[in-house]
Amino acid sequence: MQPLEDLKAAIKEALPGLDFVIGWESGWNPLLATPLFMYAPEDVDKLTWGPFNVNNPATYLSALKGKKVGVVVKGCDSRSVVQLLQEKLIRREDLTVFGMPCTGVVDATKIARKVGDLGMISGAKRTNGTLSVTTHEGSLDIPWEEAAADKCLSCQYPNAIISDHFKGDPLPPTLGRDPAAEQLAALEALAPAELFAHWKDAMDRCIRCYACRNACPMCVCRDHCIAQTRDPHWISQDDTVKEKLMFQMIHSLHLAGRCTECGECQRACPVDIPILALRRKLSSVVKNLFDYQAGVDPNAVPPLFTFQVEEAKINERGW
Amino acid sequence: MESSRYLPEASLDAWLGELASSHELIVPRREGDAIVFGPYDPAVSPDISRDATAPPKSTVFPACEELMRYSSVKDADDPSRTLVRMEEVMPSGSRVVFGARPCGTRGFTVYDRVFDAPAMHDPYYVARRQNTLFVTLACSEAGSACFCHWVGSGPADASGSDVLLVPVKGGWLAEGVSDKGRELLDSPLLAPGDKYAGEAKAAKAKAMESLESAADLKPAPESLLAVFDDMEFWNRMSAKCISCGACTYLCPTCYCFNITDENKGMEGSRLRTWDNCMSFQFTLEASGHNPRPTKAHRLKNRVGHKFSYYPGLHGGAIACCGCGRCIKSCPAGVDIRQIVLAAMDRAKATSQGNTTGERA
Ligand code: SF4
Ligand code: SF4
Ligand code: SF4
Ligand code: SF4
Ligand code: SF4
Repeated sequence: MQPLEDLKAAIKEALPGLDFVIGWESGWNPLLATPLFMYAPEDVDKLTWGPFNVNNPATYLSALKGKKVGVVVKGCDSRSVVQLLQEKLIRREDLTVFGMPCTGVVDATKIARKVGDLGMISGAKRTNGTLSVTTHEGSLDIPWEEAAADKCLSCQYPNAIISDHFKGDPLPPTLGRDPAAEQLAALEALAPAELFAHWKDAMDRCIRCYACRNACPMCVCRDHCIAQTRDPHWISQDDTVKEKLMFQMIHSLHLAGRCTECGECQRACPVDIPILALRRKLSSVVKNLFDYQAGVDPNAVPPLFTFQVEEAKINERGW
Repeated sequence: MESSRYLPEASLDAWLGELASSHELIVPRREGDAIVFGPYDPAVSPDISRDATAPPKSTVFPACEELMRYSSVKDADDPSRTLVRMEEVMPSGSRVVFGARPCGTRGFTVYDRVFDAPAMHDPYYVARRQNTLFVTLACSEAGSACFCHWVGSGPADASGSDVLLVPVKGGWLAEGVSDKGRELLDSPLLAPGDKYAGEAKAAKAKAMESLESAADLKPAPESLLAVFDDMEFWNRMSAKCISCGACTYLCPTCYCFNITDENKGMEGSRLRTWDNCMSFQFTLEASGHNPRPTKAHRLKNRVGHKFSYYPGLHGGAIACCGCGRCIKSCPAGVDIRQIVLAAMDRAKATSQGNTTGERA
């Protein structure tokens, strides 16, 4: 794959001036690549690109203050980079962005639904419209649409929005179904009591690990998250659904106008709670109210960074 | 009473119903895309098609348990004084946990040495442990994250279980492991098991063969101590970790906890909840000082505790059952096997004077 070789060459060339470059390498399972920190040229040889590079490497950036780092991004990852820059949480001059056109990544949960245990997968390969997965029971061909992350089916930004080194030919947006929008519409159609029952049911199995929070590139309070402060005591240690849902509400609201819908929060959840819908709801509200989409325009000002006495679309006096 | 009996697949639901009539029955249930342990519902078959997403640890060591309730009351004789009324909340009732895999139940042997030992006897833990019976399901084949055989266990390990079910034609051979477990097999729904013994033995051997050859972890305790101060090593090992804690909460052998008082007006509860060493707050001192300030320090603790400090205190027993959940559920794909192996390589390289070592 020529663009990947070009990308590796570009990284090797840039490495002497950087502390490290973050990308992906093959993981413990053929379906799941894992973040790779490249410190030396021999590390760069391990770099992979393709449908298994699911993790969003932008997640690491805000914690790397004072370092000169490179980051390899898919289009959606670059939205998180852009949003972090807009919020001045990272510095452009400390960052070198590498990109390639992206044709989509897998959703391991969807594949687990078909093969059962991900640990039983011994091989995975994508050819055009099919993902072939091998287990001890044989090989299973899954149509790409049923294996891909929802976000990829209607991806508007397959190429890095900003980059210093971009290899390969840029791709047009994908014009497929938008299952996430369908899911949101279905939830919005529920009566409040049904909707609440849905979330109560889903959050019941939450183990309060906060992987959803730590995986999120825009969650930057980290060690000082109010979910774990004793004073003020927003959330008790009790493991009731009420407390768990309270955390999701806080997380979602703190991400309003900032969430780039990368899906890392939901992907990280070890018990597969479909929490992305909450973030998407807030994003759609922000889009309607402020005509703002997080991380797509490096020159835009995020709505929480502006103040207008009268917002154009918020009817403050008419009721 | 025979020590092994045959459970036909067709009788499973009836047997579970029978168990549920005399015990609180906990089974692996499909909830959305996860399999978690919860109360048995006769209308819903347990999902035993694969190892559960979360281990059965919460059945004995709940994520959150109320240790006591308290309330403040005015002293009737002297209204200027406030008395505290306390009420202990002890676990009671007997339960059966059905359908965990051997690694999940073996985890409790790690807890036993801590919570039920001469030095420390935790009444809450011991009460639950004694009242909870495990009917465990031996694995037919190992997955790529499994390494139970590295830590002295295996796909048919019965340690920590009361009954071990071994898959045979048309059902399971139910092997009684403890006296209480053998009593559970005393049901007319189960048949004599003698003629399945050979098949069960072969099934166990086949499952063992599905595992790749085991690494030798004997040098691990020493090696992890040898690299303790090597922060470059730990920084690199933890670079991709997002310090979330999913690995510890899903680990059948992680037992750290926090105790807090949750006040509601004049009354409240003292709760014990899971804690985890991957969290910044874990060793945060009241002064604001934190001896484990970075994720590298925290990951070092997690790996060191399991493969070095715990074995050092408990006769060499490794505090990991090799279930691979921390690998499978890690959002960043951190693989604890690689870290232990890299520590052993690094320690070896350092002792041979090659300080660059293996970086993995
Ligand atoms: S959303 Fe777009 S850029 Fe992101 S992984 Fe999917 S196809 Fe690639
Ligand atoms: S809330 Fe979820 S989807 Fe939004 S930026 Fe964070 S991880 Fe990504
Ligand atoms: S990742 Fe899932 S289980 Fe963990 S706190 Fe978030 S919602 Fe709960
Ligand atoms: S090892 Fe993985 S699961 Fe554990 S804290 Fe780090 S990122 Fe989270
Ligand atoms: S450390 Fe990982 S493999 Fe070992 S018992 Fe815990 S979750 Fe399982």
